[in-house]
Amino acid sequence: MAALTGAELGTQTSFPIAASDIRRWAVALYAPTAPPRLFWDEEYAATTRHGGIVAPEEFNPFAWMAASGPPEELESFDAGASGQAVERLLGFEAPATSNVLNGGMEVEYGVRMRPGDVITSVRRHGGYSERTGRLGLMLFTTFDTEWTNQHGEWVKTVHGISIRY
Amino acid sequence: MAVDTAVGAEIPTFAREAGLYAWNRYAAVNDEFVLIHMDDDAGRAAGYDGAFGMGNLQFAWLHCMLRAWTEAERGRIVRVGCNFRAPSLKGHTVTAHGLVTGVREEGDEQVVDLEVWTETEEGSRLAPGTATVAFPR
Repeated sequence: MAALTGAELGTQTSFPIAASDIRRWAVALYAPTAPPRLFWDEEYAATTRHGGIVAPEEFNPFAWMAASGPPEELESFDAGASGQAVERLLGFEAPATSNVLNGGMEVEYGVRMRPGDVITSVRRHGGYSERTGRLGLMLFTTFDTEWTNQHGEWVKTVHGISIRY
Repeated sequence: MAVDTAVGAEIPTFAREAGLYAWNRYAAVNDEFVLIHMDDDAGRAAGYDGAFGMGNLQFAWLHCMLRAWTEAERGRIVRVGCNFRAPSLKGHTVTAHGLVTGVREEGDEQVVDLEVWTETEEGSRLAPGTATVAFPR
């Protein structure tokens, strides 16, 4: 399994980001208070240093499907899920586990995402480690994902950790 | 213009109630309809006391806290990282905190490092981490 470190796991391209995607994201985050005008009021946003609406840094343009279409089957993260989609994609078998959790992440940010942007992400395997926690022996897997926009500008790099046990 | 801050300063917090009100809204925008975030039995089957909130949502709330500061001062978020150490359970108030740990000048920017974390009203830290923001000098 260690040989998987650095392996490319796939490229995704988003649909063009809609202003309503940004608005809904902001409403969900800030509820029950109103979200900042920067995320929904074009007239106001035009007066800011951003020159128009931008997305919150952590906005996900790949939610609800990438432009390539839906996967054959949605990956399950519920109890009993093997969480082995990555290893199967690369032709390996991981140790059997029955739960998958988000262990954490670190994100570095470049240019902001805006309505109309098309984002491309390239995901790579970052390696494995093991640790024993309250819930027993856990397998940690890291993923490194780089996002760029349609101009080739760097948007963000995500270092994510998934935990299986 | 550089912001007036120093090591040891705390930035304004951002607090929200953990529970289905917030989790369902976040699931709807991030397509994150995972049973452990919706159903107590599923949360217990995963080894916790019940359903619990998304790590991604706590990560987003850390950004809400940082953004209030950076946007007001024409700054930017450079990086944010955290680990999800404990579940965010229903009925608790989750508050994002930021404590300045370093201030330096880099080129035409003032760069500020912070310890960031989310915690419950009882003081239990859920998602400890670090962040870096930058402001024009």
